[in-house]
Amino acid sequence: MSGQFPWGADRSESTVPIPGMPVPGTQMPGMPGPVAPAPADGPLLAAIDLRKSFGTTPALDGATLRVRRGEVVAVMGPSGSGKSTLLHCLAGIVRPDSGQVVYGGRELTSLSDGRRSALRRGEFGFVFQFGQLVPELTCLENVALPLRLGGVRRREAQRRAAEWLDRLEVTEVGGKRPGEVSGGQGQRVAVARALVTGPRVIFADEPTGALDSLNGERVMRLFTRAAKESGVAVVLVTHEPRVAAYSDREVVVRDGRTRAEELVR
Amino acid sequence: MSIGQVFLGLLESRPSHGYDLKRSYDERFGQDRPLHFGQVYATLSRLLKHGLIEVEGVEPGGGPERKRYAITDAGVTDVQRWLGQPERPDLYLQNTLYAKVVLALLTGRPAAEILDTQRTEHLRLMRELTQRKLDGDLAVALICDHALFHLEADLRWLELTSARLDQLASAVNS
Repeated sequence: MSGQFPWGADRSESTVPIPGMPVPGTQMPGMPGPVAPAPADGPLLAAIDLRKSFGTTPALDGATLRVRRGEVVAVMGPSGSGKSTLLHCLAGIVRPDSGQVVYGGRELTSLSDGRRSALRRGEFGFVFQFGQLVPELTCLENVALPLRLGGVRRREAQRRAAEWLDRLEVTEVGGKRPGEVSGGQGQRVAVARALVTGPRVIFADEPTGALDSLNGERVMRLFTRAAKESGVAVVLVTHEPRVAAYSDREVVVRDGRTRAEELVR
Repeated sequence: MSIGQVFLGLLESRPSHGYDLKRSYDERFGQDRPLHFGQVYATLSRLLKHGLIEVEGVEPGGGPERKRYAITDAGVTDVQRWLGQPERPDLYLQNTLYAKVVLALLTGRPAAEILDTQRTEHLRLMRELTQRKLDGDLAVALICDHALFHLEADLRWLELTSARLDQLASAVNS
């Protein structure tokens, strides 16, 4: 992970234009988002034959994955199999050594760091195992933060953030700081923050890993419902079958290779 | 678990007499329920009748003649079909899955694919149950949860077995 905020914390980057990409932060919750320039029937996001090593340790060794619009895909596999590295490459956080990542018909690996950062902020959302909310801000301010970084005025950003807290059934925690809410509530706030900018893809890395069964299921139910209603694709890294059961299909990563991708497509 | 298909898998790895087949079966898959000789010869007779095995040779001995059985091409096709087809997720499924994995290793087939195919089938059922749970009331949710936890246990077993395939291959082929 390159930093705490995968959408890029440098505000000056919000003005970097990406040809064919929508201006981030212009979408209302629940409304159709800006259209990414990809063929309607083709994959929205694709990783093709990715290879990546960290030092002499290979993490990916020919991983391939395609994600369609609005599809929830679970990436499964044992610890150390390369599933998180695959997610980070797909999200443009980590550059693969070879292979392609194509989003909306554009090769992500060829974009500059600034453009990839702007793309992450405008088109992608992120949910991690431990929420990674900013402890000094209230939950409402946390959800509003990516909108504020995208240049949306405070009042409008907070109005949209409040709508998303409602949809994730955590209205009551808006004025509290992350340290004052439960793990399950914090994760639902993190999901609201990921969805508030109207992204096309959400990357979720073990989003229920720190929660008990009941809270984990509630997060997944609300998360996948909100994603489906908004037409957002979700790449969900999990080792828990009951979490993967909320997906449309699964892809298994083992020893850096995707095994089931060819079988299910 | 189908004794006939396990016999076919064992015979594909090498031709055997009825007695040796029973011994292999009991050692590998019988646990505390060894086969009766009646079951062994009834099964072999059925496989012969369907053309899945043939008598390769007859050896005279001190007692009754010993027939050596070999698998036919039709038998190999039957094993291939059985191994490639996922099992219906069920309680105590492990006996059958374990037999399939061992026979795949014995006959040089990719055992990991059997586990992957089964994982896909398990997750398909888990998706169905999850959807039923989301659409139903609390009673439905609790019943579905019970099944989901059992299926999850199966999947853990599949994952562990996947991780131990190399070790199992050495043990099976030693």
